[in-house]
Amino acid sequence: MLELAIGIILGCCALGAGCAMIAGIGPGIGEGNAVAKACEAIGRQPESKSEVTTTMLMGCAVAETTGLYALVIAILLIFLAPGRFVDILMNAVR
Amino acid sequence: MSRRFKAVDILLIILTLLPLAAGIVLKIVMMPAGEGIEIAGAHIFFTIGMPLQDLPITESQVNSWLVIISVFWLCLYITHGLKTKAVTRRQHIAEWIIEKTESLVKDNMGEYFSGFAPFIAAVMALSGFSSLLTLIGLYPPTSDMNVVGGWALLVFILITYYKFKCGPLHYLKSFTEPVVFLTPLNVISEVATPVSMAFRHYGNILSGSVISVLVAAALQGLSSMLLGNLPGILGEIPFLQIGLPAVLSIYFDIFSGLLQAFIFAMLTMLYVSGAFPADDYKKRHKNKNGGKIKCLNSQ
Repeated sequence: MLELAIGIILGCCALGAGCAMIAGIGPGIGEGNAVAKACEAIGRQPESKSEVTTTMLMGCAVAETTGLYALVIAILLIFLAPGRFVDILMNAVR
Repeated sequence: MSRRFKAVDILLIILTLLPLAAGIVLKIVMMPAGEGIEIAGAHIFFTIGMPLQDLPITESQVNSWLVIISVFWLCLYITHGLKTKAVTRRQHIAEWIIEKTESLVKDNMGEYFSGFAPFIAAVMALSGFSSLLTLIGLYPPTSDMNVVGGWALLVFILITYYKFKCGPLHYLKSFTEPVVFLTPLNVISEVATPVSMAFRHYGNILSGSVISVLVAAALQGLSSMLLGNLPGILGEIPFLQIGLPAVLSIYFDIFSGLLQAFIFAMLTMLYVSGAFPADDYKKRHKNKNGGKIKCLNSQ
């Protein structure tokens, strides 16, 4: 019975981490749009390439934030949460 | 123009490299060699008993102090023996760094904040060199949430300090803009600033190292599966690990680390200069000093 409970904990943590990373879609689309527009801008005004590139990298990094929140949650779910939850379970069983 | 190294130069270079060597020695001595995949947080060297809570001395603390000492000697190396006529290469480099940082700060923050250049340069150097520690096999302090969280807290204190420049009433009033019922959202976004800064930096570096470790482990497994039947010691060498991890390292360790350092410094500049209510400050000081404003020309 205990094995089943621990198995459910581990499986759900992995599942949750996978679900959290669905958020990767958003930054992907957003950064793709940003880079596409930056390419257009460079094509229109090649002399402003360096400024456009700097601004684009800035914007990409900021747009990445939501994806990184999801990543942090996924990392916590994989590396930290199972141990924590199993500890709670063991304390409850005892 | 003498190209020869002097004794001071050699001494300073040795002092620059010494902390890094000390870090490697410390890692070899204190850390047991791991088997297979190993993704763990910072190793705790020892714990100091404190009244409220024990203070663990972790690998990330030690490594960031090593980076600080190393950067200190590096700065002394490139700036010692300056001359009015630039004759040495390292003086050119030092001047280039100073000019670039000052122009970056002036472009992004305005004239009023031009004193921020040393702080921004320090943040960039600490963050960049900390991330580059992976190249010599040490644990990068920036992949520890606590280190980057501390930096973000520092930036948050700076932001709040500059928001307080027009008095506490003005600070409280700034939460009710543009309309009053958005106050909770404004409070949340105020708190989210340091959190997102810390998460961004730490998430990028940590995800890079996790992916590198996973790819290396997968290549080792693949290599022992495909080439494990080779005779003798040939079968034990993971040949497939040659190449791909190096390419990944160029992106994750060098490009991503330096980009995150730049972005952290850039966001610091933007947030701090955005927090300063320049127009109101001007108006307030005009009333106080009778029209005299010091060093607030081009905000």
